[in-house]
Amino acid sequence: MAIALVLVLVVVGSIVFHIFSPWWWTPIASNWGTIDATLTITFWITGAVFAAVILFLAWCVYRYRHTPGRVAAYQPENKKLEIWLTVVTGIGVAALLAPGLVVWADYVTVPDDAVEIEVVALQWQWNYRLPGADGKLGTVDNRLITFENPLGINPGDKAGLDDLVIEADALHLPIGQPVKMLLRSIDVLHDYYVPEFRAKMDMVPGTVTYFWFTPTRTGTFEVLCAELCGVGHSFMRGEVIIDTEEDFQIWRDEQETFASLSES
Amino acid sequence: MDEANIRASKDIPPAEVADVELYHAKSFWTKYVFSQDAKVIAIQYSGTAAAIGFVALVLSWLMRLQLGFPGLADFITIEAYYQFVTIHGMIMVVYLLTAVFLGGFGNYLIPLMVGARDMVFPYINMLSFWFYFLAVVLLVVSFFVPGGPTGAGWTLYPPQAILSGTPGGSGAGIIMMLLSLIVFIIGFTMGGLNYVVTVLQGRARGMTLMRLPLSVWGIFTASVMALLAFPALLVASVMMLFDRLLGTSFFMPTLIEMGEQLSYGGGSPIMFQHLFWFFGHPEVYIVALPAFGIVSDLLSTHARKTIFGYRMMVWAIIGIGGLSFIVWAHHMYVSGMNPYFGFFFATTTLIIAVPTAIKVYNWVLTLWRGDIHLTIPMLFSLAFIVTFVNGGLTGLFLGNVVVDVPLSDTMFVVAHFHMVMGVAPLMVIFGAIYHWYPNVTGRMLDEAMGKWHFWVTFVGSYLIFFPMHYVGLVGVPRRYPELGDSAFIPDSVQMLNSFISLAAFAVGFAQLLFIYNVITSLRRGKIAEKNPWRATTLEWQTPDMPPTHGNWGDELPVVYRWPYDYSVPGAAEDFIAQNDPGPQPAGETKT
Amino acid sequence: MIIVLLFLLVVAVIAGRWLSRQGLMSQPWLEVGVGDITEGRDRTALSGAKLGLFVFLAVVGGFFALLVSGYVMRMGYPDWRNTPMPPLLWVNSALLVMGSVLLHNALLSARKGDRATTRLALAVAGVAAFGFLAGQLVVWQQLTDAGLGLTANPANSFFYMLTGIHGLHIVGGLVAWGRTTLAVFGDHPVEQQVTRIELSALYWHFLLFVWALLMVVMLGWADDLVNMCNQLLR
Repeated sequence: MAIALVLVLVVVGSIVFHIFSPWWWTPIASNWGTIDATLTITFWITGAVFAAVILFLAWCVYRYRHTPGRVAAYQPENKKLEIWLTVVTGIGVAALLAPGLVVWADYVTVPDDAVEIEVVALQWQWNYRLPGADGKLGTVDNRLITFENPLGINPGDKAGLDDLVIEADALHLPIGQPVKMLLRSIDVLHDYYVPEFRAKMDMVPGTVTYFWFTPTRTGTFEVLCAELCGVGHSFMRGEVIIDTEEDFQIWRDEQETFASLSES
Repeated sequence: MDEANIRASKDIPPAEVADVELYHAKSFWTKYVFSQDAKVIAIQYSGTAAAIGFVALVLSWLMRLQLGFPGLADFITIEAYYQFVTIHGMIMVVYLLTAVFLGGFGNYLIPLMVGARDMVFPYINMLSFWFYFLAVVLLVVSFFVPGGPTGAGWTLYPPQAILSGTPGGSGAGIIMMLLSLIVFIIGFTMGGLNYVVTVLQGRARGMTLMRLPLSVWGIFTASVMALLAFPALLVASVMMLFDRLLGTSFFMPTLIEMGEQLSYGGGSPIMFQHLFWFFGHPEVYIVALPAFGIVSDLLSTHARKTIFGYRMMVWAIIGIGGLSFIVWAHHMYVSGMNPYFGFFFATTTLIIAVPTAIKVYNWVLTLWRGDIHLTIPMLFSLAFIVTFVNGGLTGLFLGNVVVDVPLSDTMFVVAHFHMVMGVAPLMVIFGAIYHWYPNVTGRMLDEAMGKWHFWVTFVGSYLIFFPMHYVGLVGVPRRYPELGDSAFIPDSVQMLNSFISLAAFAVGFAQLLFIYNVITSLRRGKIAEKNPWRATTLEWQTPDMPPTHGNWGDELPVVYRWPYDYSVPGAAEDFIAQNDPGPQPAGETKT
Repeated sequence: MIIVLLFLLVVAVIAGRWLSRQGLMSQPWLEVGVGDITEGRDRTALSGAKLGLFVFLAVVGGFFALLVSGYVMRMGYPDWRNTPMPPLLWVNSALLVMGSVLLHNALLSARKGDRATTRLALAVAGVAAFGFLAGQLVVWQQLTDAGLGLTANPANSFFYMLTGIHGLHIVGGLVAWGRTTLAVFGDHPVEQQVTRIELSALYWHFLLFVWALLMVVMLGWADDLVNMCNQLLR
């Protein structure tokens, strides 16, 4: 008997906790409001299913609990009911999947006007590379990495000479400008994760991965590593600062190019 | 005997095993240690799994101590924390859940439920256990090698798994781990061969596939899946061992570790992930399907009602088993693989939700209009439904590729998989132990202690893992030994973490009570009736109770009906055993 | 992973064909009794040992399919160079074929009760297997001498691993072969050993088949096909 009551409490408690607990996602700072929307749809649909199934279960336990003389019904199956439930489930699943796939199509399609910015991860810090005046990033090779050339930029490639190198410092980005984050790691797996941006992607040594987003809110945001990368994993943090266009230009002009770094 | 029966008995000789010697073990050693009796092997498997599972429980306490009260225990260094995380995960998934469901319940239930005297290859079955035992020993030994066990996370992702930035990466820890897995897989293959061939070849007369209890269906399908999925882990382990010991570069690209160029080059870390999850996802169902099957039998028996939609249940098990091989990359949505794979894998993953949902409906509909006895196995089955539905629904978040992006690698994932493949299957294991303990020992487990065990475990685990989802929603990444000083994490999250830890300690202590119950009831438990739950399946119909070696005395059972004849209208009792021919037409004798 | 998925498809088709004859659509609660209802559905016609071997071969097949999947995935990278195949490999392959033929011959002789031929065929088949293993070791030596060691390039790593694992399976087969041969050289009528010889022969045919596929892949005969698949998945 107590179990029927507890089952009801589980449902009620879960819903109350969901509504009234202070723990919720961070205020969004990128264009990925659509991701939050799909999350919300998923919460609604799954929450309704959870409540319906468990409450019905609780009612069954209460209503059909053993009492002297009770005899269970004999019903090996009920085709109509089963087909009906299958169809409803199918519709529910489609309602979850369809918006998800639409947003995913957005997620993997980088807009043409996105600026490419490279993130280079290593144990346990974040480095960045911004294209210089030519608007292009030079080629790189992990085998060229030395103390003086921490990102392994190819000195023979002219496009790379004017690249801005930011080592273990905050990244600044202009608001409203779509960015394609090219993700590169020189040692192990990492994952570039800024909770407020919603987007994230693993960085895999040997290949370059990417995601894109448009910052929609100025401010300072924390970068964390979301893929276990050794004992320093939880300390691998950084900052990304979303600036107005003017502030961004000021910051940008202060940065050193690869060429000037190699001279010094 | 009617004509059909005579013909059947001619075509299909009873499954007598030629070597009857086997059933008369002579010494203590052949009877209890190197036993070839599947029932003894089942106990050996379960006992070993419980012992190593206890280690995993202690590790989880230590982790929760660190997370709930950071700084309180100095000896939990970051290295140690990662080692605890890794070994806890590995033990729970492979050495506990897989071993208990297939090695434990598989060995005990398959021969009894299909009406066989034993497994088809008893000697290989014995070897299987000893390989498993060796694998566990290797795992334990890794705690004592220089550098300690590996701390690479249970997924063992290269390159970090074999580099010095990870505990055990440059020492022997990772080597021991990989060796242990290789031994485990070889041992499992031996066992798996037995489970599959015994279900196919060892069934008693009349035991058609559609008369198999769902427990057997679940374990059988899971065994087939495991036989096909574990080789992927074997391949990944062997290749990583080559990389670590012989300097090949299967998974190792050109990389610079701590400012130093390593001699690796050209390998692909993503290839490891594909291999790992090609095993890892079916593995989830290798644990879930036996739980699905067993809980179906528990619900039906304790609600005195036929399982609802038996055919759908069987088709769903087969469907889930098949589909689970084409969804593996949903663990890799943000791994950097070709992003267009996301469309395919999200679709297949969400399709799996349909047969899974059907199973849930059918469990609930089995209870509907039933005669529900709130025994402890029934209570645990209800708890299974709640936790499984909860964990399954959060799976719809993570399976839907774009919803997974903000949640992946956060505590939401940790909460999800603990709920769905930790708590839910464990509820079934507990329910099943309360259910079959009298069959194994001839005594009942103590009910009062059982009730305490149930309430603390069920309510406690829900209080641990339900709020944990919200820690992940806030954005706290998994595998962080402490929250650190982050602006986006409110201080209250630390309070929530402390609360979760307290709940975890309570649940852990309830398991000690359970172990105490299992041990003391061996002597002091109430003597069980022959078929205490009035069940229909064959394991309760043996001539001796508990069943002896060879199971069936002189004559193998003949199966006349399916396993869910509960509350059949017009029957004398509310169950008819599978080997009960039922009312016979006048003038005929029983076969 | 396309190779292993194809392999699984084959397994699924076989399993599906068998399942389709097991009455999965029947309504078991309506069927009481034995006899007509259960006719042919109790168990398969194979012996337990043979079925066990088939299941085992399916597992080994999956294992090799996964290894080849890894090989094929790695092939897609630009730095890939196929390992040059020493001509000795053809001799080794011939030895493996010989072993298979001889074991089949031993099986036929044993069925007829021809003890002398059975013994001879079994013994020579074993010699051929040892010859194959020795030949493989020589191939390894030749490659290493030519500067193509295990870590020289990724194709080589795969070559050593694949041939090594295949060799280990041959060694396992030799254990079974040893037990069979001992039994055949004993006093019992050779007909009693037919099952054993049959299982050994089946295992040998299977390993020959795997070897043939490995050769096709490692020689690069499948490159065009593989590249096409890799292109599709890019």
